Amino acid sequence: MPTITTGLKKAFYNIGQYLILMKRVFSKHQKGSVLRKQVIDEINNLGIDSLGIVAIISVFMGAVVAIQTAHNATSAWIPSYTVGFTTRESIILEFSNTIICLILAGKVGSRIASEIGTMRVTEQIDALEIMGINSANYLILPKIIAAVLIFPVLVCISMFLGLLGGWFAAAWLKVVTTTAYYDGIIIDFIPFEVFYSVVKTIVFSFIITSVSGYYGYITHGGALEVGQASTKAVVISSILIILFNLIITQIMLQ
Amino acid sequence: MIETRHISKGFNSSKVIKDINVTFDRGKTNLIIGPSGSGKTVLMKCIVGLLNVDEGQILYDNRLFTGMSFNEKKIIRQEIGMMFQGSALFDSMTVEENVMFPLTMFTPKTQEEKLERVNFCLKRVNLVNVNKLYPAELSGGMKKRVAIARAIAMNPSYLFCDEPNSGLDPKTSILIDNLISEITQEYQMTTVINTHDMNSVIEIGDKIAFIFKGKLWWMGDKYEILDTDNEELNNFVYATELTRRLKK
Repeated sequence: MPTITTGLKKAFYNIGQYLILMKRVFSKHQKGSVLRKQVIDEINNLGIDSLGIVAIISVFMGAVVAIQTAHNATSAWIPSYTVGFTTRESIILEFSNTIICLILAGKVGSRIASEIGTMRVTEQIDALEIMGINSANYLILPKIIAAVLIFPVLVCISMFLGLLGGWFAAAWLKVVTTTAYYDGIIIDFIPFEVFYSVVKTIVFSFIITSVSGYYGYITHGGALEVGQASTKAVVISSILIILFNLIITQIMLQ
Repeated sequence: MIETRHISKGFNSSKVIKDINVTFDRGKTNLIIGPSGSGKTVLMKCIVGLLNVDEGQILYDNRLFTGMSFNEKKIIRQEIGMMFQGSALFDSMTVEENVMFPLTMFTPKTQEEKLERVNFCLKRVNLVNVNKLYPAELSGGMKKRVAIARAIAMNPSYLFCDEPNSGLDPKTSILIDNLISEITQEYQMTTVINTHDMNSVIEIGDKIAFIFKGKLWWMGDKYEILDTDNEELNNFVYATELTRRLKK
């Protein structure tokens, strides 16, 4: 029982500290021109640098979904376009937003937490504060803006590449014809599903960058603590992504 | 001039600094000395506002710093330059960008004007042809010089140096000490140095505050410190067998 109480206290303490930090993050930036440059740099660091891993995973996952669907849909009663249809639904509704964001939580989240954490333990954040700069705003806001702008683009690219991977597997292994796969892709297509996917991605982008920024910012100590902050950032971001996935799905697809 | 009035600071119910009244003069190198764990760094962090004091007041040229809002403190902070123990240069920026950083953030200067100021500051700390290097490519002494150049870029009225000699060989230490002392007199800054290096004390200690067990134990200058009869201070100054023999 005392462990649960301590855990709850710690959780509420962290939520409180996180909200206080977010208040500082969303205050007015020191200089607009500097913020614009920082956002462009972060789009490159957090987004463009992740394009490779997103592309590889998307193509292969699309291919696997197509093969698995074809493997399970052997009945003559199931139309041949089912493979394309199922691949599209899996990729747009869940894979491209949630799974890609979980992967980005690992890649980008650990990068942000360790970068800011190292700045904390080497007194670089203190140096910013001494100069009269709001360090939370200077370091975390550009990352949040960049992620919210670039992650939906990455997810849209992932959707396209996932469908392409599915088509490639279907055509190569001759599980369905290209025409049947294409029919499955376009049949009963609801554009709202893409919108739903983008909304989820925006929320997940905010979670990844703000939570990782928080754990990096509150780091104190040395290299060991920076590593711990990085791990915590990835774990907590992933849990929150799963939790908000359920909440947003419940709200938007009810 | 910087003045502290009865300042105290504690963590988890134990007081680290207690009732410290001290004045740091303009145009002088003011040293805070004391053994490890005596509260020197906490005192300096309180003075620059990285830590909030529990009690007491801090005044920068009669402007009450404690109790100011973040935005009010920002104005004073733009008059402060600080050199950290580990230099605290921004790893992702070149030397030029590091020194230019405060100018970019706080001045409307053009790129050419900023570059001119950066080159002036780097030249002042005897660094040339390092503009495009990253901090990881510099030696310890060079990093300290870049940190000084960044600290003086905004032409500050107050300069703080936390352990400026840590990790440096004795010769480089003296060069850094003399550089700080020259800059202090040249720009008539109020310089506060946190150190436990006795070479620095003897070399540049215009005004020395000895902190012991969180209290201000002794104040004087580099000449007085050698003849003091304060027992704790003598134990600190003449800590080695060699120095004790030399005193005799």
